[in-house]
Amino acid sequence: MGGSEWPVCVALPLKVNEVDGNWAIVEVSGGKIRVRSDLVSVRPGDYVLVHAGFIIEKLELEEARKTLDMFREIEG
Amino acid sequence: MNDDVVERAIKSSRDPQVFRALLASVKRNVGFLSKKPILMEVCGSHTWAISHTGIRELLKDEVELISGPGCPVCVTSPGEVAQMIELSYRPGVIVTSYGDMIRVPGRGGSLEASRAAGNHVEVVYSAMDAVTIAENNPEQQVAFLGIGFETTAPAAAVAVELAKARGLGNFTVYSAHKLMPPALRAILSLPDLNIDGLILPGHVSAVTGRKYFDFISDYAVPAVISGFEACDILYAILKLVKKIRARDFSVENAYPRAVRETGNTKAMAEISKVFRPSDAFWRGLGNIPLSGLELNTQYSSFDAKVRFGLPPVVEEPEPPGCSCAEVLSGRKTPRQCRLFGKACTPSNPVGPCMVSSEGSCRAHYVFGR
Repeated sequence: MGGSEWPVCVALPLKVNEVDGNWAIVEVSGGKIRVRSDLVSVRPGDYVLVHAGFIIEKLELEEARKTLDMFREIEG
Repeated sequence: MNDDVVERAIKSSRDPQVFRALLASVKRNVGFLSKKPILMEVCGSHTWAISHTGIRELLKDEVELISGPGCPVCVTSPGEVAQMIELSYRPGVIVTSYGDMIRVPGRGGSLEASRAAGNHVEVVYSAMDAVTIAENNPEQQVAFLGIGFETTAPAAAVAVELAKARGLGNFTVYSAHKLMPPALRAILSLPDLNIDGLILPGHVSAVTGRKYFDFISDYAVPAVISGFEACDILYAILKLVKKIRARDFSVENAYPRAVRETGNTKAMAEISKVFRPSDAFWRGLGNIPLSGLELNTQYSSFDAKVRFGLPPVVEEPEPPGCSCAEVLSGRKTPRQCRLFGKACTPSNPVGPCMVSSEGSCRAHYVFGR
């Protein structure tokens, strides 16, 4: 099925389960994977963006609120 | 509580009700413009997502959505591809690569064909996997093919530092990394280019920060940073349509849950610690000064080009009949290529834009039929 593969950037935000040195265990549907946390300090419970095996950013509460406001403005 | 807000934000970016409202708003606002706007995205994942979500089809009468040089595999120049393939034929060398790259045709065949011929080519998910392969194969040289933009370069930098710290004398990086701003400047300076707005790459921006793209306003083209969910993309398109009408050339962040003003400073520091800007060839745009990354002098023993004595990359011809170069610079749509869907298909690709899931030709082929 050509094209059913998901490109790297479309990767969903993943939840950090556990941190072990420069590795973090993140939850993916149906399991857990190990990714590197060299580029972002994370704690269990954080939502993160993973790119080619590395966490590149975490999603912050305040900024998530901005996203909600952004869409709410349209709905209304 | 925190979880709740983040989860709700993610959920609302996929909400069908929000999607319908955004779609109606885009259509209404395009009506205020004097012509159908041409919007260019410069991220392979946007190419894919715009097709996959149906946005391209749903807005086909209102907005022309074209792809620029945003697919990592596609922008890798034919000269770089030829060197990667050549490297895989060296005795005692294990070439490690992200998946899509191995199917790209070039001079000397492809990495996949090289592997079939008995050479050692390994697909890796992460630069860290290449470091592990080097640790497990001390008798062999392991070259990691570093492609992509500001998103993948920090990972390659970390891998180089780890290899250095672990004293891995057999690990090298073939750096074909590319930087977004010089390519955007090149695109925006093309005399025959006609674009009304730029959809900026969400995850490159997560690393670089919004400010990194402020130079675009000098070109009087509106630009909006977008996420990758259906509503994220529609929202960015709506913002662009409004900015075109208002002649507002500021660079706006419509992906605030991931992108900050100054980005991930730690990741940016990693890039400049290990790499320095160098001239680089791009498929579709040719040689662009200081648009690539090469390893800094103190890391040159981890530079595959130094280790294997590779000559400077030169311009190489495109595969015969292939329009990838024009597609990547917004001068042709995939369907305007005479090979599209005939001699060139995902199972038998002629150029990289049909190989990669982030390639424009592949997205048009897979989702546009």
